[in-house]
Amino acid sequence: MSERHSTSARPIEHLVDGPAAGQQITEALARTWSDPPGWLGRLSAINHKTVARRFVITTFVFFLLAGLLALAMRLQLARPGNRLVGPELYNQLFTIHGTTMMFLFAVPVMQAVAGWLVPLMIGARSVAFPRMNAYAYWVFLFGGATLYVAFLLGAGPDAGWFSYVPLAGPDYSTGKGVDIWAQMITFTELSGLLEAVVLITTIFKMRAPGMSLNRMPLFVWATLITQFMVLFAMPAVMLSSTALILDRLVGTHFYNAARGGDVLLWQHLFWFFGHPEVYLIFIPPLGFLSSIIPTFARRPIFGYPAMVLALITTAFLAFGLWVHHMFATSIPALGKSFFTAASLMIAIPSGVQIFCWIATLWTGRINLKTPLWFALGFFFILVLGGMTGVMLGSVSLDLQVHDTYFVVAHLHYVLLGGAVFPLFGAFYYWFPKATGRMLNETLGRLQFWLFFIGFNVTFFPMHILGLHGMPRRVWTYPHAMGWDGLNMTATIGAITIAVSVLIFIVNVLRSYRHGAIAGADPWGAGTLEWSTASPPPPHNFDALPVVHGRDPLWEPGAQPTHVSGLAAESREVLSTTALDALPDLRLLFPSPSIWPFISAVATTVLFIGSIFSPWAVVWGSVPVIVAMIGWFWPNRGQNRRALQLEQRP
Amino acid sequence: MTELRKVPGNAALDQQGAAPALMLDVRHLPSFGFGHRSLMWWGTVCLMLIEGTVFAIAAMAYFYLRSLTAHWPLDAAPPALLWGSVNTAVLLLSMWPNQLAKRAADCEQRGRARLWLAVCLLFAVVFLVIRGFEFAALNVSWYANAYGSVVWLLLGLHTTHLITDAVDTAVLAVLLFTGPFEGKRFVDVSENALYWYFVVLSWLPIYAVIYLAPRL
Amino acid sequence: MQASHIFTLWTLTLTVCSLVFAAVLIALLVAMARAPRVSRDANPDLGPLERPEKRVRRVVGAASIASVVLLFGLLVADIATDRALSRLPVADAVHLEMTGHQWWWEARYADDTRGGGFAVANELHIPVGRPVVISLKADDVIHTFWVPNLHGKKDMIPGRESTIEFRADRAGTYRGQCAEFCGLEHALMAFTVVAEPPAQYDAWLARQRAPAPQPANALQAQGERLFTTGNCAGCHTVRGTSAHGVLGPDLTHVMSRPMLGAGTFENTPANLASWIRAPGSMKPGTTMPASQLSAQDLDALVAWMRTLQ
Ligand code: HEA
Ligand code: HEA
Ligand code: HEC
Ligand code: CUA
Ligand SMILES: [Cu+2]
Repeated sequence: MSERHSTSARPIEHLVDGPAAGQQITEALARTWSDPPGWLGRLSAINHKTVARRFVITTFVFFLLAGLLALAMRLQLARPGNRLVGPELYNQLFTIHGTTMMFLFAVPVMQAVAGWLVPLMIGARSVAFPRMNAYAYWVFLFGGATLYVAFLLGAGPDAGWFSYVPLAGPDYSTGKGVDIWAQMITFTELSGLLEAVVLITTIFKMRAPGMSLNRMPLFVWATLITQFMVLFAMPAVMLSSTALILDRLVGTHFYNAARGGDVLLWQHLFWFFGHPEVYLIFIPPLGFLSSIIPTFARRPIFGYPAMVLALITTAFLAFGLWVHHMFATSIPALGKSFFTAASLMIAIPSGVQIFCWIATLWTGRINLKTPLWFALGFFFILVLGGMTGVMLGSVSLDLQVHDTYFVVAHLHYVLLGGAVFPLFGAFYYWFPKATGRMLNETLGRLQFWLFFIGFNVTFFPMHILGLHGMPRRVWTYPHAMGWDGLNMTATIGAITIAVSVLIFIVNVLRSYRHGAIAGADPWGAGTLEWSTASPPPPHNFDALPVVHGRDPLWEPGAQPTHVSGLAAESREVLSTTALDALPDLRLLFPSPSIWPFISAVATTVLFIGSIFSPWAVVWGSVPVIVAMIGWFWPNRGQNRRALQLEQRP
Repeated sequence: MTELRKVPGNAALDQQGAAPALMLDVRHLPSFGFGHRSLMWWGTVCLMLIEGTVFAIAAMAYFYLRSLTAHWPLDAAPPALLWGSVNTAVLLLSMWPNQLAKRAADCEQRGRARLWLAVCLLFAVVFLVIRGFEFAALNVSWYANAYGSVVWLLLGLHTTHLITDAVDTAVLAVLLFTGPFEGKRFVDVSENALYWYFVVLSWLPIYAVIYLAPRL
Repeated sequence: MQASHIFTLWTLTLTVCSLVFAAVLIALLVAMARAPRVSRDANPDLGPLERPEKRVRRVVGAASIASVVLLFGLLVADIATDRALSRLPVADAVHLEMTGHQWWWEARYADDTRGGGFAVANELHIPVGRPVVISLKADDVIHTFWVPNLHGKKDMIPGRESTIEFRADRAGTYRGQCAEFCGLEHALMAFTVVAEPPAQYDAWLARQRAPAPQPANALQAQGERLFTTGNCAGCHTVRGTSAHGVLGPDLTHVMSRPMLGAGTFENTPANLASWIRAPGSMKPGTTMPASQLSAQDLDALVAWMRTLQ
């Protein structure tokens, strides 16, 4: 049976896709979009799902590693005067714990999940710039690995996750630890910025026809807004860490007060990034919740426009809060009041979203499954953490509890409540889509309750410890302070969390092989990713969907239903207009390539080399340029194909 | 969905004999487009936003450090004006071939695009050489004091962009001469020109910070 | 007095936040309790797409407005407290200077009509009921001055000036602690503030101003000689002797202090001896080096140091 057509518009003959295209074409599509086989093929993979799967797993491994470091800290702090680990090791433990959790887990995992989910949610076959996406992953992997290799070799950084100078400067942190830290920042920020470019372009240009901006799923909105924040926030930390490494390696004086530099410059630059960073961690999970809650309340979200506005407001305000981390420095009082006001104001959009979700649940009919349990856990934990945030926003209260365990409690309440709980919920929710199998519901609930209880047992006592004056970042404390009992409680809680994480791992491994078969749409949800098979085929959709509403699977019936006419034997994708998503261009995407991997290796050599000799920046850039040219240079076969498919505007 | 319905559906496409659904046929769509229609444009704009932010923050750091001291530039002389000003002129001048290259690309004229890209490249060589003299004329070294550090940083950041854009242009030019060539390279040339504009125009505030601010 | 303003604000904020927290949770629980349970096959309720949900919208709107009002109230209270805190009258204040070092504290009392200035380490004395203005400095990295029961924190930043003002209204001994992470022994960087009635305070000042006593016997004299000719004098000052080092604490009246090593261990002769022998084992990472003294020499040194009351 022949599927070939020739139309006047395109003189050449080839297979094209379409809703009822038949097996031959689906197979051709799958072949076209698969990653090549073999080792070389794996290193060349650029399918967005492959890259994103690796990305998610890598960040999760970093979470486990950082969690193990946290357990070590908790064991050390369980008893006063404990000598399990000494100050050298302890200082590395919390530095690497905080750094990993923030830079190698919480921020990148959100981008990784988005890289998997966004194309499926918007009805696309790929992310934009798929090779850059692969490059960003490799750079991230190498950067994170560097930190742990250094730690194992005894050169772990030990100046805290925000590495205040002059402690992190050349005079007080000798050795390579802080250099490694600063370069690791450069790696992860490079990767994060590239991912942001990939995601922004994907979201603006590759949505299914009809998915105008006001029909985008809220998770896609959350991702879009977060990536814009990345563009404006990450340059600050890249610049500050570059200045730090220059101070350390080539003797500049950015932070050296004796030569006209300034110690607070670091703090301003770091927190100008660091505060928005916590919302980079917080906003995508709000999108998870806006996906999970409507599905399990069996109704569209209440207040879609308000939700979008709240996300945008949060993103704007997030750039006006950084000084609330610096209330104890000598900054004019008037300025501080401004930052107090901004800190309180940002509670409003968070509140609006919480009220809208509650309204959705209130007016819905509920299918109470594990993902929703995690969402409910979010409400308890994040709201409590938000309240302590409001307390910290007040200058005079902050000056009491700043740098104590009260802040440690706050940050874990918002980070775990605001990001990790929704993330686990998201994992239970989309795991069937990714693997075709359901996670076990009983184990899921067990994990939830152990996590929820363990979490509160660990971190609630820290509020009280902070109010009783226990400073953070102390490797030990005297018995006389009366902090023993609460610390022991926290340690027991941390072990409970570890057990719950183990149950999660068991659940994933078991269900991956033996879980119940999920089917395309196990939850009866409304967004596009549920319209394709589970797991999705390499090309995501046999025919791209056309969208007529916010919950396309819930409101079917309108015509046309699908797109047809994209080449099946080449990576051809549809690009639509930025606002209304009208069909615009038919683009040929690049094929798998080893060059992103080679470029990432060359980049790594440059960055790591520069720690040992500034000249590495010069000689190291040669292989980078060569690799990038190799990457860019078209090959003849592809060029021929492009010419066949070409149609001038 | 009125807009979408206007696109002619091609029901006859279905060869399986199943009930033909109304489809959105996209076969006639062009395979590349200029400006904000192209993905490259979005990538380039994002890149410009990132780098613009980097420049802005570096300039803010400059004024922040300056605000902390009574005499600026600390104990160095302000940079000599000559080479920086010459380079500003060269950079501004280079917008001319750049614009011509862009226009040629937008009209899909390979020969002209090739020619003007080559001229651009010539300019790139000239301003990179002059940039060398600029560093020498800063009158302060990066390790002398914080002023030196931040001026070197600013100039160094901008030079990095000059270099990347020069390499970019060179690769494109070679590609235009040797092939393999396809229509969407015109889009690359067009976006490269956009980026060139950014590199030139972002220089003006940086020039003001490096050369004029110490004299105020 | 500072602390009581802060406490009022704390009570207010805690109450508001707890009530809001409780309200949100109750709303959530009620929502979960009243919504019917269904399975995944239940058709989604698309009603909301056609008819606007006026009642729900009003309730959500009201909750949002209530949040705005409450937050505004908290903001006003914050700023009022801030103002009150900065209005401490400082006309007859005691002025002193405090410097943070890795990992100990140096306090300097200025010259005044009754005598010259002097330095002490890891222990401040202040008069009750009189405001104190401390100018804060850092010698190496950032440290934070913090006495929880007297006032909030203030960073001590290299290259920057800052001051903290407070008043102790009740006599007593207050524990202070470095709050900014400052390296290896940040954990063991504490100090004490003794607030005492003016008469006692003046007596303390007079005692601290006095130089160290002369050795009373041969053993003590040998101890002093060991101290001034050994490397101790390179880092420590003992006024009245030839030791003028500035890298470590002033030891002129070291035995008047109840704790050693910045609040790390009690000041007993045995502890003092083991500290001098191997400081690193009592406070890992401390910058003071171990000494190579013989047992007899150590006895002599400690015997003399015990006179530094
Ligand atoms: C996901 C991460 C996350 C999130 C969401 C937040 C949210 C907030 N944070 Fe937090 N914060 C951190 C992560 C986060 N934070 C981290 C990691 C640190 C420590 C860094 C370090 O030092 O290591 C930190 C530290 C920190 C400080 C500095 C403390 C110090 O070092 O002394 C402050 C001070 O203002 C602060 C404030 C706030 C505020 C006001 C919010 C608000 O956004 C909270 C808003 C939400 C609510 C308030 C709840 C819902 C709202 C309602 C129900 C409406 C009604 C409410 C009222 C009427 C009160 N945070
Ligand atoms: C997303 C961010 C995040 C997350 C999830 C966590 C999770 C945890 N954190 Fe973390 N924490 C931070 C971010 C985070 N933290 C930051 C930013 C700091 C500040 C750092 C600084 O001051 O510089 C900090 C600081 C910090 C401190 C204060 C240190 C100090 O000031 O001295 C403590 C102390 O108890 C702590 C504990 C914990 C614990 C017990 C968990 C637990 O929830 C961890 C739970 C996970 C596990 C227990 C892992 C389980 C692993 C297994 C079961 C192994 C399985 C293994 C295989 C199969 C190979 N954290
Ligand atoms: C290299 C400098 C150096 C030398 C040499 C040195 N010290 Fe010290 N000393 C210090 C420092 C720094 C501290 C503060 C340590 C801390 O608390 O972490 C200190 C603390 C002390 C203290 C405790 C003071 C207090 O109030 O806590 C005593 C007592 C002391 N030294 C005695 C001596 C004696 C005796 C010698 C000679 C045998 C000596 N030191 C040699 C630097 C030095
Ligand atoms: Cu000094 Cu911490
Ligand atoms: Cu913040």
